Formats: sequence, structure tokens, C-alpha cells
Amino acid sequence: MKRSSKDLDATHGKMTRRALFLGGLQLAFAGGLAARMRFLQVDQADEFRLLAEENRINIRLLPPARGEIFDRNGQIIAQNSPSYRITLVPEDAGDVEAVIAKLSNLLPLDPEDLERARAEMRRSPPFLPITLADRIGWEDISKVAVNAPALPGVTPEVGLTRVYPQQEDFAHVVGYVGPVSDYDLSKMDDPEPVLMIPRFQIGKVGFEAKREDMLRGKAGAKRVEVNATGRVMRELDRREGISGADMQLTVDAALQNYVQARLGRESAAAVVIDCEEGDIRAICSSPSFDPNLFVRGISVADYRMLTEDNYRPLSNKTVQGTYPPGSTFKMITALAALEEGVVGPEETVWCPGHLTVAGRRFHCWKRAGHGHVDLNNSLKRSCDVYYYDIAIKTGIDKISAMANKFGLGVKHDLPMSAVAQGITPTKEWKLRSYGKDWLIGDTANASIGQGFMLASPLQLAVMTARIATGRSVTPRLLKSIDGVEQPSGAGEPLDVAENNLRTVRKGMYSVSNDRRGTGYRSRIIGDGIRMAGKSGTSQVRNITAAERAAGVIRNEDLPWERRDHALYVCYAPYDNPKYAVAVVVEHGGGGSKAAAPIARDVLLQALYDGTPPLEAYPKADRSRIKAQQERLERERVKRPLGSRSSKA
Amino acid sequence: MSYLEYHAKSMPSGFRKILYLNWGLLLLLVTVACVGFLMLYSVAGGSFTPWVEPQVKRFALGLVLLFVVAMVPIWFWRNVSVLAYLGSLALLVAVELFGSVGMGAQRWIDLGFMRLQPSEVTKISLVMLLAAYYDWLPPEKTSRPLWVMLPVALILLPVALVLKQPDLGTSILLMAAGGGVMFLAGVHWAYFVAVIASGVGLVSAVFQSRGTDWQLLKDYQFRRIDTFLDPSQDPLGAGYHITQSKIALGSGGWSGRGFMQGTQSRLNFLPEKHTDFIFTTLAEEFGFIGGVTLLFIYMLIILFCIASAIATKDRFSSLVIMGIGLNFFLFFAVNMSMVMGLAPVVGVPLPMVSYGGSAMLVLLGAFGIVQSAHIHRPRHSTR
Repeated sequence: MKRSSKDLDATHGKMTRRALFLGGLQLAFAGGLAARMRFLQVDQADEFRLLAEENRINIRLLPPARGEIFDRNGQIIAQNSPSYRITLVPEDAGDVEAVIAKLSNLLPLDPEDLERARAEMRRSPPFLPITLADRIGWEDISKVAVNAPALPGVTPEVGLTRVYPQQEDFAHVVGYVGPVSDYDLSKMDDPEPVLMIPRFQIGKVGFEAKREDMLRGKAGAKRVEVNATGRVMRELDRREGISGADMQLTVDAALQNYVQARLGRESAAAVVIDCEEGDIRAICSSPSFDPNLFVRGISVADYRMLTEDNYRPLSNKTVQGTYPPGSTFKMITALAALEEGVVGPEETVWCPGHLTVAGRRFHCWKRAGHGHVDLNNSLKRSCDVYYYDIAIKTGIDKISAMANKFGLGVKHDLPMSAVAQGITPTKEWKLRSYGKDWLIGDTANASIGQGFMLASPLQLAVMTARIATGRSVTPRLLKSIDGVEQPSGAGEPLDVAENNLRTVRKGMYSVSNDRRGTGYRSRIIGDGIRMAGKSGTSQVRNITAAERAAGVIRNEDLPWERRDHALYVCYAPYDNPKYAVAVVVEHGGGGSKAAAPIARDVLLQALYDGTPPLEAYPKADRSRIKAQQERLERERVKRPLGSRSSKA
Repeated sequence: MSYLEYHAKSMPSGFRKILYLNWGLLLLLVTVACVGFLMLYSVAGGSFTPWVEPQVKRFALGLVLLFVVAMVPIWFWRNVSVLAYLGSLALLVAVELFGSVGMGAQRWIDLGFMRLQPSEVTKISLVMLLAAYYDWLPPEKTSRPLWVMLPVALILLPVALVLKQPDLGTSILLMAAGGGVMFLAGVHWAYFVAVIASGVGLVSAVFQSRGTDWQLLKDYQFRRIDTFLDPSQDPLGAGYHITQSKIALGSGGWSGRGFMQGTQSRLNFLPEKHTDFIFTTLAEEFGFIGGVTLLFIYMLIILFCIASAIATKDRFSSLVIMGIGLNFFLFFAVNMSMVMGLAPVVGVPLPMVSYGGSAMLVLLGAFGIVQSAHIHRPRHSTR
């Protein structure tokens, strides 16, 4: 096929035009691309640069070290101990199950932990470490370290965890920490980001919870560069956190340890308070528990054991528990009457064993009666009728006001959980609470610390200290924060006549030192350290007329939970009060029998700052006391200063 | 023109052919390939493995192929264009029957040393066939309906096969390249207006079909279009590619973050950073200046092709050079539009830069044909 050259030129010309047109289109498109590039890379560069930075930079919080807690002598109560755990990076392990099998030959692995770890492995990317075992002992860690070549991907890691070397002794005072729960978060309006750190521990109960704000400290942060899958490539910078404040308590750990041991397996509470300063030297609730169990995550079996115990080891009886103060309340009734002038110290009341008030017969604990009783005798022998009589003359509102003055029915501001207010009833209170009018019989009941009257062991100790000094001593638990001394609990003189106080103190002295006093058997021998006290036995049941007629059933014959509470309050030395003690033994029977010996022993221990000499005890008791001292010495757990004893 | 019409004597022969190569075009291609090696080195974190080394080897192989193809006279390529077309159709059918499945589509045949994508070969053979067709067809018949329907059928046959894989991106590119050659050959404007109008109609029909039982696209294709239209609607899912790609580009700024300093690619935020999205790494590390420079080099290649096409009086040569240039243009234009968020993510690599063997080999072979046309162009007027 031959074409003319003219034809060829024409078609070639047309093609050239179209080629140029198409080239123009392509250039225009390229121009569009360049413009788009300019828009993204020049006009919007800053915005995209920011997005790129957000992409690559991750902020990781560094948990702050929690403030530590010491006793008044610097003995450690709550500390941060290195805790070892074993982690596994699945990516490095290769055959994960084979590594786990090898590892379980070296140390026992909890199947529950393993199940959790496997679940975690399925969820998270393979380069993130998974915790296989937590709180591993040093020995196990060494075994893993030695065998490291055979265990690819397994690393022993160290972190900080809370340890309570004093174990049971401070469980109720300091409480414990635990990992943040959803419930904890739900209670907070604006939870700090640090709480989101896995396994971050916060105070759950007690002092740890109450002073959480200062103990926690401020989280640090590090900025890390991560890749698209979240793997940390490198650390860019780091700002360390601020440790929480170290706290010193007023409690003496050695005394606390003694008191806890002395209470033994009784369901009881004891408080030792400094009469002048208000420092709480010991505050024990028995039985107790090991707070370390909770930090670790308590097992179901252990928890059930604690909750199903009749003696309620989890409840802090010293501040949460409220009891009818019984006869330990009589000092308040006496002071109210003396202050009102309705009775003089020498005036006597006739006690035939009962008093009929508004048609109802109120009995004295002694059926035969005490005969003529003056104030001193009424305290010494704990005559009830005397108090029915003077209380009715004084009126309940005056008595309650006096009780409040001495710290009963007042919520003391202590950094502990669920501090109870107790009850000091008034006419208005009964109307408000029960919608019923106050009866004169209620006054009779209240006068001997029964009926509506309720007080915690702490309040009774404060009451005793205030009687001893005549000052409004307030209890103090926190001695110093980071070395800064906190305000003392020393108080102003109470607005109570000194000679009335002296009269009452004399009565308490007689309780302990008069041959006929209810606390005579638990006295202290020795000039300058003699004690003053008052026993109390509070009923937890009504004694019916029929039972009274047949003879009141003895405590020993009743089931435990229906026996009387035994109480004793005391202070010493009588002429120069140093410590006040309150002891409550739940369902312990008679106060002078069950509570007074404990109170005396505790008081002596505090006064001597250690084991008292046997000379301080009545001669007849010395051999028995010696045996008891030796037994307690054996039973007391030795917890050396700064110990790191609490191994997992 | 037939073989006889070439002035055999004026043709360079033997080693002298090398002197007549389009050296400028060759140099530009080598430059682009070197940019590719540099970027592959960067995305590998400063390492020749796993990408630079094989890429260099393939490029060397491709250069050999280019020379061999260039040395063969252009009329030979014209004469085998029908065979090439039929061969690539056969390959497309073969890939349908025995092809390997990847990324939800059957696209390649494993040859052992490389994976051959028949659709890549088809792009070139279609251009060759159409160029040969218009070289054979008397110019006055060019716009006659019957003679227009024939090349349209020739285009639609492979398009249908590619669409079946399914590879929407390549099938659109095939149609664009084929249409481009028809336009250059002088087919009347009206046909193109009609096709574009019906194309718009088809697109709206496709969108209408969504959710009905005569749905024209796969769900994933619809999703790609959705996320293209609004990447923010699913930033961690399907929109992730486009969003991260735009962040990488934008954060490059005017002059970039520096070689191997691009955080988006180095930290793996970029998807397919060594293949389809390699341009974002370049733009992140060398900024606007780097991106525009590469675009400029690409456009120079196109301009060299256009100049070469206009310079030759041989109709087949002109059409095949322009067609191959258009193919090349469509490659980088679509890829760049995609990473800049102007087009949906359709899986088109950046020519000569993206890691990948078959596309590069085919392209270098095609440029061999361009070189052959350039060497064997008629030196003297036939008058």
C-alpha cells in the first residue's frame, strides 16, 4: 500500500497536534499534582507535622514511690520492697508452652496465673512482656537467672510493692493497699492518670486510704517513641516522679506488738494514749490479720476464713466498735452530778440492791446491796443504785453534755477507717431517733453506761486521759509528715472544777488500790507508778424478772455471744498521769476479771517501755506473771528494724 | 510503511546503533531507578536488604532487556504486535485458571524467579496492537464507525479479563491507554465525548447498584471508594492508609525531615511503604522539593517521549512511543494521586521506584521499544 507523501504529512500533522494536546493535558495534570503537594506539604505542613508527632510519641507514666510509714521510733511499718516477677516475651520465647514447661520444673507456677497469662498473650502483641509469676522469692529468681540460656524470652523483673513487716500488728491502723479496682475509679470524679498504670497500688482501708493523697506522690513520665504496632523504639526523655510523703505515727511498734500479743485470741480492743500529748501509743484490735495477704490478692479460702470468723478479725474494734461503756461511764455521771451540785463527795445514798424508778425496779449488780454508799465507795465497789439516784437528780442532758466534754459521743478526727461517733443520748436525740419521749428509766440506764449509751475503746481511752489530766486531750495518730511534726493533741483545761476531778480520780485510785476495790486484784505495786482505774461490765442482753428471781445465769453458762462485755479503763501513775489505757474484751464476762489484768499489764509495759520488773506486780501473782511474760516473749514475733522479712 | 519503505542504508547498524540511542531518555530512567534504590535503602532502615539488592539486580536485568529490545528493528515489533496481543490474552486467561491469589485477587503467575503480572504485559501489547492497527488502516477510514468499533473491541477484551481478576485499577488504566492511542491516531472528537459521557453514566450506575443484587463492584471496592471520599470516617480501618500517607506527606514540609529521618515510614505507620506508598516516604524525607523534583523528572520522560514521537515520521513508531509514554504517565499520576488522597487506593506502583520486579521489567522492555523506534526512525524524507 503506497501512500502519497501529502497524505502522510496530513496525518502526521494531525497526530502531532493531538500529541501536543495530550502532552498539554498531562502537564496540566502534573501541575495539579504539584499544587496538591504544595497544599499538603507547605500550607498544611504544621498540622501534619503535629499529627506525625502524635503518632510516634507516647507518654508513659512512671509510678511514684509511695510514702513509707514508720512508728514513733523509726521502726518501719509500711515499706516499698522490691518484688520480683517473672515475665515472658512470647515473641522471643518461640515455643511458649515449651518454655513454660521448663520454667515450671524450676519453680512452682500457679495454674490460675498461667491461665491468665495465656489469655493476656492472645490479646496483646507478641513483643509485650506477660507476667507469668509475681512475688517470687529471691531463690527462685536466682534459679531462673542461672538457667536463663535455656529459657528464651524469660526475664526476672523487679518492681516495688507494699510490704508490711509488722504484719498483724498494724493491720487495723495502717490498713493495706491493693491494685486500683473499677469500683475505686467509679468513686472518683476525675481519677489521676497514674491510677491507670496496671498493678498500681492505692490505699484501700485504714491510714493508707485516709492519707492516700499524701502517700501517693506525683507520677513522673517518660516520652517514648513507638512504632505503628506500639513497640517502644527508644526513650526520648524522662521526668522522675515525686515520692509520696513519709509518715511517722505516734504508735510505738514494740508496745503495739506487746499489746497485740497480750490480747491473744480474745475478741478484744485496747488503746494506750499519752495523757498529756494525746499520742496514741498503741491501738490494737484482736484478732487481727496479715495485711500482706490483701496486697498480694487474698485467696478465696483465706478471705472466707476472715469473714466467717465470729470474732470479726476484719473489723477494727478500737475505733469502729462501739460498746455500752457500762460502769466505766460512772465517772462521767459522777462528774455531772458534782458539777451540778446535786450531790457532795461525802453524801451517801442507801443501796438496798435496787431502786424503783417510775414503777420499774432497777437492780444493783450486787443483789444484797451496798448499804450506805458515798461517791468514793460507789466507784470503788461500782454501786449502781448510787448512780441511778444522782443521775435522776442531774438529768440526762447534763450527763450527756459532760460525756461529750470528755470525748464520748464525739467523732475524733483520726486518719483511720470508719471512726465511730458512738452515742451519748439526750432527750432531743431520742425524740429524733425513735420518735419517743425520754423516760426517766432511760436516765437510770444511761447513768451506768447502759441503754442507749455507746462508746468506742478509743473514746474511753480519751475519756480516761481527760479525767487524769483535766485537759481536753485529743488523740493524735500522725506524728510527722516528711519529718515535719504535726500539731500535738495537748488541750486546754476542761471547764470542770479541779476538786471534783480529784474526787473522781481518788475513787478510781480506790478501785485499783483499796482492798475492796473491784480492780484491786489487778493493781500495780510500787510508789510513783500506782494506777487508777475503773472496771465495767456491760450487758448485751436484758435480764428478765423471771431470770432474776431464779438467779441470774452466770456468764460462764451463757453462749459466748450473749456474755457480758468486759471493760477496764485506767491510767498511771496516779499522781503524775502518763498513759491512759482502755480495754474492751467482747463477751469477756466481768470487767475486773477479764479486762483489768490486760489493762494493767499493758499500762506497766508502757510505763517501763518494755517488760516491767516482777516487783511491780502483787506478790501473790508474780510466779504466774513470770510464766505469762515468758510465754508472751516466746509468742511475740520478733520484727527487727527495717526488716524485709515479708517474703512472698 | 512497510520494511521496504525504510531506507535500509540510512539505518544505523551494529554498534553504531548504540550511538543513536535516546541517551537523554535512558539517563532519566536510570535517575528515577536510582531514586528508587535510595528510597528502598531508607525504608529498610539503612540497609541494602531486603529490597535494594534484588531491585538493583532486576534493574540490571531490565536494562539488558531494554538494550536487546532496542537493537531489534522497530518493524519487527510492529510485525509481532498481533502475536504479543494474543499472547498476553492467553496469559490473562492462564492467570485466571492457574494464577496465584494475593490481596483478594488473582493477578500473577509464579515463574519461579519472578512473579509475572499478565496485566502489565497487556498494557504494552495493547498499545502495540493499536499502533499497528492504525499504521495499517488508511487514515481516511480512521473515524468510520466500523473501524472504530474494532479497536474498541480489542481494548475491551483484555479489560474484561482484568476486571474479572478483579483489578479495577488496571482495567481503567488499560482503557485510558487504549483510548489515548485511538485519540492520537485521529479518531473523531465526538467518539470521545460520547464515551466520556457514557462513562459518567456508568459511574453513577455503579453507585446506584450498591446494595442491590446486580451490584457491579465488590464490597471492598465500594469501601475503598468510601474511604477515599472520607478517610476520617474510619481512621484505623480502611481509611488508615490514606490518613497515614497524608500525614507522612504533610509532615515532610518544604524540605523534608532528612534522609532516613522520616518517622512515619521508619516507625511503620505507613502501609506498603516499599511498594505502593514509597512516594510518601520520599515526600516525607525530602519534602515538597523532593516530591516536585521527582515529578519533574517523570514529566521530562514524558516530554522526551512526545518529542521522539513527533520527530519520527513513522506512524507506528509515533503511536507506540506516545502510547507507552501515556502508560508511564498513568502509572505515576495515579500512584501520586492515590497517596495524596486524590484517588482511591487502587494498588498501582510508582513506576521504576516501587519495589517489584514484573512492573519494572515490563516498563524497561517497553522503553526498549521506544528506543528501537528512536534508533530506527526514518532518517531522510521519503519524498
